[in-house]
Amino acid sequence: MIAEIGLFALILAFLLAIAQGTLPLIGAARGDVALMAVGRSAAYGQLVFLGIAYAMLTYAFVTDDFSIAYVANHSNSLLPLQYKISGVWGGHEGSLLLWILILGFWSAAVATFSRSLPREVLARVLGVMGLVAIGFIGFTLFTSSPFERLLPAALEGRDLNPMLQDPGLIFHPPMLYMGYVGFSVAFAFAIAALIGGRLDAAWARWSRPWTAVAWAFLTFGIGLGSWWAYYVLGWGGWWFWDPVENASFMPWLMGTALLHSLAVTEKRGGFKNWTVMLAILTFSLVLLAAFLVRSGVLTSVHAFAVDPDRGLYLLAFMAVVVASSLTLFAWRAGKVGLGGGFQLVSRESALLTNNVLLAVSAAAVLLGTLYPLFLDAFGLGKISVGPPYFEAVFLPLMLPLLLLLGFGPRLRWKQDSPTEQLWRLRWIFGVSLVFGMIWPFFVGNWSFLAGIGAFLGLWIIGSSLKDLVDRLRPRRESTQTLGTRMRRLGRSYAGMQFAHIGVGLAVIGITFVLGYDDERDVRMAVGETVEVGGYAFRLERLEEVQGPNFDADQATVVVYRDGQRITTLQPQMRYYFSQQQPMAHTSLHRGFVRDLYVNMGEELPGNAWVMRVYYKPYMNWVWAAVVLMTIGGLLAASDRRYRIRVRREDEVLEDDAKLAAADAVKPEGNAEPKPAG
Amino acid sequence: MKKRQKRLLLVAGGLTSVALVTGLVLNAFRDNLVFFYTPSDIVADIVPMERTFRIGGLVEDGSVYRGEDGVTVHFRVTDTAVAVPVVYHGILPNLFREGQGVVAVGSLQDGGVFKASQVMARHDETYMPPEAAEAIKRAQREAARTVEQSGGY
Repeated sequence: MIAEIGLFALILAFLLAIAQGTLPLIGAARGDVALMAVGRSAAYGQLVFLGIAYAMLTYAFVTDDFSIAYVANHSNSLLPLQYKISGVWGGHEGSLLLWILILGFWSAAVATFSRSLPREVLARVLGVMGLVAIGFIGFTLFTSSPFERLLPAALEGRDLNPMLQDPGLIFHPPMLYMGYVGFSVAFAFAIAALIGGRLDAAWARWSRPWTAVAWAFLTFGIGLGSWWAYYVLGWGGWWFWDPVENASFMPWLMGTALLHSLAVTEKRGGFKNWTVMLAILTFSLVLLAAFLVRSGVLTSVHAFAVDPDRGLYLLAFMAVVVASSLTLFAWRAGKVGLGGGFQLVSRESALLTNNVLLAVSAAAVLLGTLYPLFLDAFGLGKISVGPPYFEAVFLPLMLPLLLLLGFGPRLRWKQDSPTEQLWRLRWIFGVSLVFGMIWPFFVGNWSFLAGIGAFLGLWIIGSSLKDLVDRLRPRRESTQTLGTRMRRLGRSYAGMQFAHIGVGLAVIGITFVLGYDDERDVRMAVGETVEVGGYAFRLERLEEVQGPNFDADQATVVVYRDGQRITTLQPQMRYYFSQQQPMAHTSLHRGFVRDLYVNMGEELPGNAWVMRVYYKPYMNWVWAAVVLMTIGGLLAASDRRYRIRVRREDEVLEDDAKLAAADAVKPEGNAEPKPAG
Repeated sequence: MKKRQKRLLLVAGGLTSVALVTGLVLNAFRDNLVFFYTPSDIVADIVPMERTFRIGGLVEDGSVYRGEDGVTVHFRVTDTAVAVPVVYHGILPNLFREGQGVVAVGSLQDGGVFKASQVMARHDETYMPPEAAEAIKRAQREAARTVEQSGGY
């Protein structure tokens, strides 16, 4: 019964998606208010039915209903409750259901929070969201229904893959999907603007907070995935340039470019076509990611079971979306005017450079990810592209971008003086250069590259803080308190600062962990000690322990530094009852400037194991960076100007007029209160 | 500078940097391609020395043994026609088994031993690395052809 209710709800959601994807668009074209209003109700209805379908599947997991094939394949009666709940998205079909649930959530969120939009615009945005929903709900219904029955029912489930039995799995996919699917909102706004023929500062202002939220979730989702690989899988790394990681990284790079380009469109009315293009490309890369992961063309821990139908469906869907939106772009973009002009040294050109570098990076990742797939698909041989390629490409692309990041937020719109800005930042530049070059001495053997990395990180953090201090400095006649001045900067500015400082931390962390990590595979017998990264790891004892649904061999390793006891690590090798494969469980000690971790490998004769021992300097800086960037994105999205008032069309036009006027007369002194994030 | 000159300069600068970046990307790309070879390719001597590549096949039954230090592992990878000795230093993946598919990244050493820097096995119970499958398919196709030819005369 449960499965049938779920399936029925899914079908109803599909029908509502069809209504949402057609009627409001027709309504907007004809000026029919009643049809336009369908969009909102359809979005809410869709969310309700998707919620029911999702709840049914979760119920089936919790009650061990192994007559449903998906449940039988991904759960087990011994599985702890939290993993039964998160196991719903532990496989292809269920994770797809989560994906469309989140899509429904975003549609409903747009319907709720965009009451201030002109009716036509909202109708078009929801219409496009509906079209996207038709594609994905259809995909679920026709190729990947999670509600298919298993006859006869299984007595016991096959269990959730042990790799997925971890808190990392509970949060990684939902966060990632929030990000991926969130970019469909930016896409819908872009398409709606193209259909309506109105791309202006107001459009950018509507679209910007949604983009920032999606970007924040994607950042956090990728970060969680990386953390999961690092900790749970015990791979000892956190980024492998694996095609599936790249699949998520490409929309991130493009989305970052979009976020910055939107700033120009909102503040200056410029880069309009380019911004729309970026919104389309970002969402296309999201679809590409879905295709790569779900079609079976890739093999990795993320790839789901191979089924040619699914790949074909997604490929066709992607082709339709990309072709139709690019056609629309070609047809309508010409009607969009150019924004205000700008000089060679200005915030516009800084953001343009940012965009170009990010887009090129995304293209380089695309080449490295797709080329091997193409060769393979056409039977031209099997090759792979390893991390050295991506590292060789990213280094020269990121260096100028990071250097520029220190200047960018300080530059004035339209025109600025390069010498003046250089002069103002001379101290920050000098101090971060000196300290950056010295820092590596304290981490390990000095290297120029590590020095450059530390310098860039410090430079970004330093110049960001300097900018904050400059902006907080009271004007002569001002009597505002520090608190008021801080509030006046706005959340948008705060968000930018958080994100940029996060980038600085990430650069330092990545530089040091890449340059100075130490990893050794060694045979350890009880009582033996190995030295890694200046720490002594001593194996104290080996024993057998029991968990809820596994037995395990457990090693107790005590870590010393200079005779001081630092910590005790207890890695395990787990044998899950329902799986033949053993699964290593890492034990990790985190620290401000380094992580230490031990993984069990294989049992050897003579009461010994092969162990993998890691020393990872500055790893936590990378995680901290992810958190800061996420907070930054959310803060920027919550800025007051996105919420304040119901805007009417004439007001918007007035705004544009003001922009044009501002172009004509550039006020001296750069009183711009809210810089672009 | 006049506006037009400035714009020209900008365009020229933009084009130069695009060309530069493209060159850089393609160069890095060419240098870092990792090719795939089967054990038969290695025996047939068509594999370049001292370049990183991938091999795939099955772990030959009874071929796995650990060295004295407990960390060095020796095994043979077969595509069912021929087998190649492989040496690896470190922990093998949990699902590494004799008779199962495996893919290794590394380079060929003197004496025809493949020194692996990375060994990948399947990551769940129902899956075979596609490159391992490819190696076996090729070897069997080759074998079938040989049989046909000898049968014809």
